Amino acid sequence: MTSSNGKPFGSVKNLLKRAEKILKERKKLKQEIRVCAGPGCIALGAKDIHKELCKQLDDHKKELEAAGLELNVTLSEKCTGCHGMCEAGPIVTIEPEGTFYTGVKPRDTKKIVEKTLLKDQLVDPLLYQLGHHRGGGKVKHYADIPFYSLQLRVALRKVGVVDPTNFDDFLAEGGFQAFAKAIAEMTPEDVIDQVEKSGLRGRGGAGFSTGRKWRSALRVKEDRVWLICNGDEGDPGAFMDRAIMEGDPYSVLEGMMIGAYALGATDAWIYVRHEYPLAVEHLQMAIDKLTNAGLLGENILGTGMTLNVRISRGGGAFVCGESSALMRSLEGKVGEPRAKYVRSVEKGLHDEPTVLNNVETFTCVPAIIDKGAEWFASMGREKSKGTKAFSLVGKVKHTGLIEVPMGRTLREIIFDIGGGIIDDRPFKAVQTGGPSGGCLPAGKLNLQVDFDTLADAGAMMGSGGMIVMDDHTCMVDVAKYFINFLIGESCGKCVPCREGLYQLYDLLNKITNGEGKPGDLETIETLCHTMEVASLCALGKSAPYPVTSTIKYFREEYEEHINDGVCRAGVCPKLIVYHINDDCNGCEVCRKHCPTNAITGEKKKLHVIDPDLCISCGICKSVCKFDTIDIMSGGKIVSRDVVA
Amino acid sequence: MSKTKTSKTVHLTIDGQNVEAPKGAMILDVTPGLGVEIPSLCAHPGLEPFGACRLCVVEIQKPGWDDWYKQLVTSCLFQVEEGLKVWTNSDEVRQNRKVVLDLLMARVPASDVIRDLGNQYGVTKTSYAEVDTEDTCIMCDICVRACHAIGRDAIASMSRGPDKYVDVPDKDACIGCLVCANLCPTNAIPFTANDNGKRRIWGKEFDLVTDERSGEVLGTTEYIEHVRKRAEDKGLLCPEDMKHESARVKRYGYAQKLSHVADVEEPIEEVK
Ligand SMILES: Cc1cc2nc3c(=O)[nH]c(=O)nc-3n(C[C@H](O)[C@H](O)[C@H](O)COP(=O)(O)O)c2cc1C
Ligand code: SF4
Ligand code: SF4
Ligand code: FES
Repeated sequence: MTSSNGKPFGSVKNLLKRAEKILKERKKLKQEIRVCAGPGCIALGAKDIHKELCKQLDDHKKELEAAGLELNVTLSEKCTGCHGMCEAGPIVTIEPEGTFYTGVKPRDTKKIVEKTLLKDQLVDPLLYQLGHHRGGGKVKHYADIPFYSLQLRVALRKVGVVDPTNFDDFLAEGGFQAFAKAIAEMTPEDVIDQVEKSGLRGRGGAGFSTGRKWRSALRVKEDRVWLICNGDEGDPGAFMDRAIMEGDPYSVLEGMMIGAYALGATDAWIYVRHEYPLAVEHLQMAIDKLTNAGLLGENILGTGMTLNVRISRGGGAFVCGESSALMRSLEGKVGEPRAKYVRSVEKGLHDEPTVLNNVETFTCVPAIIDKGAEWFASMGREKSKGTKAFSLVGKVKHTGLIEVPMGRTLREIIFDIGGGIIDDRPFKAVQTGGPSGGCLPAGKLNLQVDFDTLADAGAMMGSGGMIVMDDHTCMVDVAKYFINFLIGESCGKCVPCREGLYQLYDLLNKITNGEGKPGDLETIETLCHTMEVASLCALGKSAPYPVTSTIKYFREEYEEHINDGVCRAGVCPKLIVYHINDDCNGCEVCRKHCPTNAITGEKKKLHVIDPDLCISCGICKSVCKFDTIDIMSGGKIVSRDVVA
Repeated sequence: MSKTKTSKTVHLTIDGQNVEAPKGAMILDVTPGLGVEIPSLCAHPGLEPFGACRLCVVEIQKPGWDDWYKQLVTSCLFQVEEGLKVWTNSDEVRQNRKVVLDLLMARVPASDVIRDLGNQYGVTKTSYAEVDTEDTCIMCDICVRACHAIGRDAIASMSRGPDKYVDVPDKDACIGCLVCANLCPTNAIPFTANDNGKRRIWGKEFDLVTDERSGEVLGTTEYIEHVRKRAEDKGLLCPEDMKHESARVKRYGYAQKLSHVADVEEPIEEVK
């Protein structure tokens, strides 16, 4: 791949010319083979696959040359960002056909080159198995896989498509057309108009209108406006922003450049989560490249625009992703939220006007400028336009990174795209919005997901995490789990959040231990209310959601724990006992494995667990090959592991 | 709140009373003299508002809002504005203060200050799990901010979440001025003001300097040195204190009172 000759472009025209030239060259390409180099696939050996692939292509070329023949087709190979279906990795795709290979190993590359690239034949064992948990048919192209066909990618449009380290590749895929258009044909006012008309709402949590935010910054504009891109992504299990920063850094920057043009900002920060070194590396490469190409720095494309972008590596705590804490952290102070009823567009970083947006938000902007506000607004719902990326995890068959138009139902996301629940167990709940999001029950599966429907249902959009749970999940235990996570993340500045989380955990812990008492639920609800209305920042304000939503939809489970000492999911160790049923054939395996010698019984005779010695570790159940061990709670069998 | 001729004023109501207040002032600052009482633990007139204790919450309504809609805000941080309506003692306000005090009573069961406040809001016994501790620190950060204001930064809040605590990581930075201990709303910082010419705080012992003529205790050696240097460097201690302190420094070569930042009287009550 050629790259620009090192000279800055100097004008919009030169940039566009360059893009045209690359496109022309690309037209000569017959096929392109893409190796997914997202974190999942890298962990599974994607780099070796790529190396081996390059070698295969090289060998092939040499062979032809030795035979005095010319390579009649031009093939190219590249590493891209995450394809989203990490569980099927390492993934290799071939364009333009859209051939989709999964679970690829380095040694498979020879076959891929010889069969698929040179003879147009498929390598059967590498094809994706439809419904592979059930044994469905094989699929040739990713367009035929529901996981992909039901998605609509805007923010992720170039992730998995471009080589994130290659500027020319980005240009070839239509990159910087939007920036060129903005800077050459539009006034800053026009840009803000488009963003506002598109209906784009912030993808980082609160869903504030991006256009309105920008406009209000314009109104207070003083000498300097800071622009900040929030790439802290602290939600455990979320990796949308990571995938974008690692897989398509130029789009993030292009969005920021358009924002900077609209706002007259000359200085920008990208705040990247500490654990994302590859994102930092790719973003820094992109910044350096753009600076050399005259797209960042001073007098950008000869227009007089100045923009310097710097990267800051996050402080580590979840709360550092909160906008005022993030700004404090950028100022070199402790990353604690700032308690001020002053908007950051007026007084943000260094008390100067500041516009802060999320990675996904910025990444949507070039698409909006490119295709128009109407196009973006035509997707989604009345008050939530466009698409949203989600990370789908938990007890769902296809976990991974997805993007859908706003308004898709939870059912479509979980069952059609996600393929349903692992082992086809009953669906119990889905938790949306990160650690402080809410849990929605089966009755809400038809909910059309957008900012407002989720909030109305007691959950939230957050940054787009979705954790799917099956019937083996105890909702009290889930609430306790998230509260425990949040205790570790609360900055501890304000009383309701700091002390409230501590006491919430204590109350929930007692309930799961069978020490709950009547009135606990009311105490919890009273406490949650004060946390919601009186905490200083959104972490404390939303921290009760895992509790309030589970009380709202699964109250009877709390009551059973408190009143009857029953955990119907068979999860809470203090409320369950393990019991061997009559089907036991006396194989002795469980007895040998029990760490506390709670099991007695002779060979070929029924074994018995002494409940006083049993510590509910569950080892016996996991080793019993005959599935004769039941979990009992309140004298009833609560779990016989038969798949529905 | 003194009104100067030039300052712009705004009009608002607080619990139904019409109030004229200077623009930019916080609600909490304009309540003295109105006969309304807003409890607060982390606010101090000499320090930047911080918003940690959430006890000073009030309900507000801005002009143009629906009649039923009110918002709960912390009055130490919310600026007065034209047409604002404020309720300092509504059911919702009292309820949330009650929960905050209930939580604090569980955190610092040994604190009389918190217990008395709790009693005023009808909490006689905490609803939550009491922490087993004699410590009475409520993490209001006043000591940290005060120490910063006098230019020492000896105290810092450490760790986070429920494990947060204050400490003096750099003992050398502490000059034994007692500002922290005197401002602490819950008397959580143990000290000995004067034990035969010695002062002890934060695990450190200081020599006290006494004025030869009056026999008055002037402060620790380190404190006097600090004040002298600060007066030389900047000619001031803190903006409001400037005149007063430089006069003192000129006369005695030291300053004793940091009257604006912290009303440092020699402590009335010693806490162990
Ligand atoms: C505890 C907490 C953590 C947050 N973490 C993030 C984060 O990791 N990334 C992010 O973009 N926004 C995060 N936010 C939301 C930001 O405060 C802010 O609203 C957002 O970045 C604004 O950008 P947007 O308008 O484009 O969404 C967090 C908020 C809270 C309260
Ligand atoms: S709500 Fe929690 S995270 Fe936010 S300021 Fe208060 S203690 Fe810190
Ligand atoms: S020691 Fe006192 S002043 Fe310092 S944080 Fe604790 S309660 Fe506040
Ligand atoms: S006095 Fe306002 S929050 Fe403490």
